[in-house]
Amino acid sequence: MTTLLWAAAIALLLMAFACLWRADVGPTIQDRLLAVNVAGTKTLVVLVLLATIAGHDFLIDVAIVLGLLNLIITLAATRFIESGRLSSESPTALDRPLGGEGRP
Amino acid sequence: MTLAANVVSVALILVGLTFVLGGTVGLIRLPDLFSRAHAASKCDSVGAGSILLALALQDGLTYGDLKIVLIVLLALVSAPTIAHALARAGYRTGLVAWTRPEKGRP
Repeated sequence: MTTLLWAAAIALLLMAFACLWRADVGPTIQDRLLAVNVAGTKTLVVLVLLATIAGHDFLIDVAIVLGLLNLIITLAATRFIESGRLSSESPTALDRPLGGEGRP
Repeated sequence: MTLAANVVSVALILVGLTFVLGGTVGLIRLPDLFSRAHAASKCDSVGAGSILLALALQDGLTYGDLKIVLIVLLALVSAPTIAHALARAGYRTGLVAWTRPEKGRP
């Protein structure tokens, strides 16, 4: 069983490096974000595999933090790419032209 | 009990590795951001989720297994959310979906 877990960890690491190729050549910024996110998820699985193989339970906590950071970083970056700012409150207040034509 | 748990665990690991391999090949080979996001969300949710469930079945039930189930729930929520957010950002910034070029045209 331990041999299978080591083989799975090595295969996941190789596939994470293959994803980093897409992060290098990806034509748009969204492709790079997607590739880094997938590589991060595979790293999370490798951390839990190492925690099971070696018996270090603290690596599971590291994996939880890595998963949460992966989600939040990608969501913030996509929101910033999409609209050019991070906050979502009053989305028309900054888009209004400076001459004041759109004011009520 | 341990034999059945081991059999289920090995099967889940093999299924998860298959899905992760498919997602990686899709991420590298597919021609478009939208199709790549489609492939990668399968890789993240089903592949990582089943491998983590297989690891939770190892060594009986301990306190760490609860955290692994929490990670599975996080992966199941986060993978579709990220794929949707990336595809929406691509669509709103003007990416056009790839279509197969017609025959007879260069």
